[in-house]
Amino acid sequence: MGQILYYAGMLLVLIGSLFFLFGSIGLVRMPDLYNRMQASTKTTTLGVLSFLVGMGLMELEWITKLLIIALFVVLTAPVGASALARASYKHGIKLWKKSVVDKYKGKKND
Amino acid sequence: MNIYFFYIIISIISISIFLSVYRLLRGPSASDRAVALDALTNITTALLVLIAFLSARFIYLDVALVYAILAFIGVVAVARYMEGGL
Repeated sequence: MGQILYYAGMLLVLIGSLFFLFGSIGLVRMPDLYNRMQASTKTTTLGVLSFLVGMGLMELEWITKLLIIALFVVLTAPVGASALARASYKHGIKLWKKSVVDKYKGKKND
Repeated sequence: MNIYFFYIIISIISISIFLSVYRLLRGPSASDRAVALDALTNITTALLVLIAFLSARFIYLDVALVYAILAFIGVVAVARYMEGGL
């Protein structure tokens, strides 16, 4: 039973680090700030979740504190990215010229 | 067998850190650098947990938790500064 949990943890850790790699590739190759933000934030949040749960399955005594860290990262990383996107839109950074939808455009500044 | 698995994990994380640092150095505006720094802090949180696992010390997980909290505060401070409220 412990051996099965150990191998499941190894698989989850591998999936998490591959998510880090894909997020970084998207961070380099996307054309625009907002595309880069979407590509990096979503993948690294899910990567941290998978990595920490996998580490908790590999070392079962640590799983409570690892779940606390994972919950904290999953709660706060989208909040930080959303605040950063709104601030950079107000700061005047333009969208890519092939982006077609801009739902924030007509809204009043709150 | 297990040590090769950790070699693979550390190689993948190192490549992703190099790509993020490329965007951090190259990014045209300040927001690009802030986004790259956000991705780097998430990767570093996972890397601290990996270091705690490899050196088998439970106390190093506190470092990862405090680092995650400080990274969140840093990103929100950069956002408030760019919005003009700080």
